[in-house]
Amino acid sequence: MDDVPLLELRDVRVEFLTRDGIARVLDGINFSLMPGETLGIVGESGCGKSMTALTIMGLVPTPPGRIAGGQVLLDGEDLLRAAPERIRRVRGNDISMVFQEPMTSLNPVFTVGEQIAETVRLHQGLSREDAKQHAIDMLNAVGIPVPERRVNEYPHQLSGGMRQRVMIAIGLACNPRVLIADEPTTALDVTVQAQIFDLLVDLKQRTGTAMILITHDMGVIAEMTDRVIVMYAGRVVEQGPVELILSRPLHPYTQGLIECVPHLEAKPKLVREPLMEIPGVVPPLTDLGSGCAFAPRCAHALDQCREVAPNLVALSADHHAACWLHGQEQAQ
Amino acid sequence: MTEQALLKVRDLKVHFELQRSSLFGPKPFVHAVDGVSFDVPRGSTFGIVGESGSGKSTTALAVLRLVDITAGSIELGDTHLSALQGEELRLARRRFQIIFQDPYSSLNPRTRAGDIVKEPLDLMDVGPASERRERVGALFAQVGLRPEQQNLFPHQFSGGQRQRIGVARALATNPELVVCDEPVSALDVAIQAQILNLLQRLQDELGLTYLFISHDLGVVQHICDEIAVMYLGLIVEQADRISLFTKPLHPYTWALLSAVPSARMRDRDRAKRIRLVGDPPSPIDPPAGCRFAGRCPFAQARCTVETPQLRTIFAGHRVACHLVTDDGRAPHY
Repeated sequence: MDDVPLLELRDVRVEFLTRDGIARVLDGINFSLMPGETLGIVGESGCGKSMTALTIMGLVPTPPGRIAGGQVLLDGEDLLRAAPERIRRVRGNDISMVFQEPMTSLNPVFTVGEQIAETVRLHQGLSREDAKQHAIDMLNAVGIPVPERRVNEYPHQLSGGMRQRVMIAIGLACNPRVLIADEPTTALDVTVQAQIFDLLVDLKQRTGTAMILITHDMGVIAEMTDRVIVMYAGRVVEQGPVELILSRPLHPYTQGLIECVPHLEAKPKLVREPLMEIPGVVPPLTDLGSGCAFAPRCAHALDQCREVAPNLVALSADHHAACWLHGQEQAQ
Repeated sequence: MTEQALLKVRDLKVHFELQRSSLFGPKPFVHAVDGVSFDVPRGSTFGIVGESGSGKSTTALAVLRLVDITAGSIELGDTHLSALQGEELRLARRRFQIIFQDPYSSLNPRTRAGDIVKEPLDLMDVGPASERRERVGALFAQVGLRPEQQNLFPHQFSGGQRQRIGVARALATNPELVVCDEPVSALDVAIQAQILNLLQRLQDELGLTYLFISHDLGVVQHICDEIAVMYLGLIVEQADRISLFTKPLHPYTWALLSAVPSARMRDRDRAKRIRLVGDPPSPIDPPAGCRFAGRCPFAQARCTVETPQLRTIFAGHRVACHLVTDDGRAPHY
């Protein structure tokens, strides 16, 4: 692996103007994506996972949104300051995205072939015939049987799993360097989910695409990712290699996310114990106060936690956490 | 066990009629549930798992008498639920209630939370009218809501709190059986545990019997005492939670388990996994023989011809597969 990041976010800040005031949906996000790497972003709804993806893609609706600062660097080029025409060239070509709902993100009045072909005709200037052939090749690559026939079908003629395969085919049509998958399997059955993940792993190995996988499922994180970012209320609260995050999570929020879900065990325990709960809900981003945003839900919260928000500090070479319980004195 | 069974379902079939595709052709039927039998002991949790289209939700709706039953019988205690009609059925409904999947669409946005929970008491004429308000307050406390929240509207609650309102509404009439149809799958991960722990606590306190429908095997393993795995309208395997997860016998159960990404099973032998190809076949015209044969990596000629019957391999562990031997050897081991 290269040491130069392919994509780097530096102190990215995004605000939304709401009726209740300014919501800091992304509050100083820093992370980098290495070539060929799979990076997982995990957290509850409203923590900024999808907003991070939209910011990278240049799709934050403005207004009500506003990019308040920071840089999104693709090979050193700041996408947040690039001209709109430049972003359009990057989006779908260098960086593409697979959305959450295959049912609603495909256009019902165009055939799936046309929707794949549109991307390559726009970005790579292929002719109509070449683009159609490319669409057939892509459908074949994502494991859709009889692609010559399927290419002429409409989204409603396909099952949920097939539609998500089409979404992935569109995402990969231009051979992007970064693929962002936002909860790509939430609406699918587990056996189909397993097929989609196998497909993504296989395609990644063949094309070397780096991937950002957004999910709320720690099981998916365990199976799919190399490195993990845990987000809470618009901030990164922990990041590190997947083995460390799962075996030695430091932030109480990460610990909660892992423990609060009943994990499928190969040998279930005879006595059932109540699940660990994370009490309460994600706070509204308009009134976060000055302390750690997780403090009101945290069992270990100290006075300090409610007053000053901790910084993300390195606790070992590649394991970072933003929590007063861990290594903050080094940062002072 | 059978003596104490609260719910007895025998050979339940639910077929839905579709429109003819041509004028003279036969009417097609969706075989949503196609001969399902099980007992649910009082005070226990019986889980039904399966993928979309397996018939798990239809089974639950049939038990609640919310869809028409094509054949078979359902008994709740001494009552033949499947034979009840009209006012008798309506009044019997206080004994079996449901917690819905989606706490956003299953609460009337224009009704205050307290009235939502009180409505079943009024409809079923439970207890004196003067005491119903008090009962609602007690229910709110029981599910972990504050009594003064009765005056709020659903949109003023978070997803987890809304599901608590749904639980309170289901418990209002003091039901014996509560059907939980994917009660946590619409909730955020961190909220799921709150609701699962609540359901568990209420069962311990009130001696409730749950019929628990879910596609999430982790949740089912955690909360259910006994589990039936459904595929295309039939039960293919049924066992208590320990046997089912430590020794799954049906290749479909094994495939389902091996498809679940788990933070705890990284060390599980990946080579032994079964990856299913394709989608389940259509329940309109289910294939002959074993319905899973088309996707089963171990299928033999016999499987596509002869329908396997559900048979007992170990005490309380039933499976419908030709390839599982009588001493419990399954093809995937």
